[in-house]
Amino acid sequence: MSTLASIQRLPRAAHTGRVTQFRVVLSEWTKLHSLRSTRWSLFAGILLTIAFPVLFAAVTSSHWGTMSAHERADRHPLDIALAGVNVSQLAIAVLGVLVITGEYSTGMIRASFTAVPKRLPVLWAKTVVFGVVSFLLMLPPVLIAFFASQAILSRHDLLQISFSHPGVARSVIGGAIYLMLVGIFALGIGAIVRNTAGGIATFAAIFFVIPPLMNILPTSWNNAISQYLPSEAGRQIFSLTHGAHSLAPWPGGLLFVGYCALTLAIAAVLLVRRDT
Amino acid sequence: MIEAQGLTKDYGDKRAVDGLTFSVRPGVVTGFLGPNGSGKSTTMRLILGLDAPTGGDVTVNGKHYRDHEAPLHEVGALLEARSVHTGRSAYNHLLALARTHGIPRSRVDELIDLVGLREVAKQRAGKFSLGMGQRLGIAAALLGDPSTVMLDEPVNGLDPEGIHWMRSLLKGLAGEGRTVFVSSHLMSEMSLTADHLIVIGRGRKIADTSTSEFLSAASGNVVRLRSPQAAELSRLLVAPDVTVEALEPGYLEVHGLTAVQIGDVAAANGIALHELTPQQASLEEAFMDLTREEIEFKAAELEPEEAVA
Repeated sequence: MSTLASIQRLPRAAHTGRVTQFRVVLSEWTKLHSLRSTRWSLFAGILLTIAFPVLFAAVTSSHWGTMSAHERADRHPLDIALAGVNVSQLAIAVLGVLVITGEYSTGMIRASFTAVPKRLPVLWAKTVVFGVVSFLLMLPPVLIAFFASQAILSRHDLLQISFSHPGVARSVIGGAIYLMLVGIFALGIGAIVRNTAGGIATFAAIFFVIPPLMNILPTSWNNAISQYLPSEAGRQIFSLTHGAHSLAPWPGGLLFVGYCALTLAIAAVLLVRRDT
Repeated sequence: MIEAQGLTKDYGDKRAVDGLTFSVRPGVVTGFLGPNGSGKSTTMRLILGLDAPTGGDVTVNGKHYRDHEAPLHEVGALLEARSVHTGRSAYNHLLALARTHGIPRSRVDELIDLVGLREVAKQRAGKFSLGMGQRLGIAAALLGDPSTVMLDEPVNGLDPEGIHWMRSLLKGLAGEGRTVFVSSHLMSEMSLTADHLIVIGRGRKIADTSTSEFLSAASGNVVRLRSPQAAELSRLLVAPDVTVEALEPGYLEVHGLTAVQIGDVAAANGIALHELTPQQASLEEAFMDLTREEIEFKAAELEPEEAVA
């Protein structure tokens, strides 16, 4: 810093034009990949997506001989292959919340909104960048999880299922789509709550607390309501079989997309109105 | 150019900024002076559109900040509260801001050199000292080569070398014809840098004048004199609106008369003067006088309400 006093004039610079949505996307990409929390969360997501199916497949394979017919019937190869999605969704959701609340907790949001005072381009850019990155990074892990678990279970005919079997490719790729949507939903929650702990708690309440609470309700109510919860609707994207009281993949998936859109819409309205 | 008209901001039932009307002109350094909590930072957030005003209006270079197509080319701002993600390196912080406007990497490098952060540019900003954080904030403010520069307490945390650097930077920016608006609660710092002063207390404008006028108006008539016949002179000078205080034997401070008036009285009475010095109030004293009036005014204003209650 010894050179400081010698340079006191601000060099002129060409004015490179206006803020565009594309430029804000590039900016958000720079922000996302330049944080360690991003790398750790995504690494955890990838690891959990692959490790759990491999572990479950190994355990199932080694215990197969001692399992009852009833137990064996309960094991579905696709449930094993996608077991990791249920766990890694938490890592993706935490990152989704952090993408926006990290800016509020550090004050970065003031710099972001000073550069992009119309604000909404920042929300859209975060959504697009985080959505694309999480889908592209979670797609290989779900495919690896599927083929690796199938390879481990290759000795057991009952647990073999082909990727070309109706619904299997949709379910496996749906695992990555589900994780992407969970991340976007969490980002929307984070933008509404503007606080990391609050955002994660809200997400956990919606995904992990409210669904089991539904069991308190009379069965007919539970059956009628539960299928429309975000977690239950979203789950259909990566489920091969669908119960009498759950939505089909497309309606379920579209409903979950609707929840994401609703969350982002509320976030957008609040983002423009609130003081920073 | 910054223009505020009746700018008002309430947080709950607390009025942080109260009907501020002022304009900040290009080509000079305008100091924005007020004690902590007087509404300086709030005013700056209102200018940037980070907070919405409860009433009134403020524009920068003729438009609301939000309506500028390329705001970083119009206004460069350093806010008092840190506005940097602690987990990101200084370089990537500046690059992320630059990319919103298509500003090239070469400009980011240029600014890192300008503020002297080259050696730590790849380190996480969370590890920075207060002074390094200020330098990073200044680099961000100047990234877009803005025509208006607005800095909230820029010398906070800077070492003496950094403060000196900041003064010449601000003067250089104003010399290039830019609008420079700098807040501070340190009057002494402002008297060295600012050509013009906008003084606020409790969200209200108290003064809007050139720095030299502010100083001379505030100094009043205070004169110090040394005389072997101090006691005699003292008796001659005392009047209903004149006070004389003996600082030490033979050394007086006179309030309410000019040096000319005192000299004439002494000459007419054949009293010898060994020293006769008009006192210029420091900016601090002037400022405290002004804000004290403002606070007393407020208190007086409240009394009738209390009487009713």
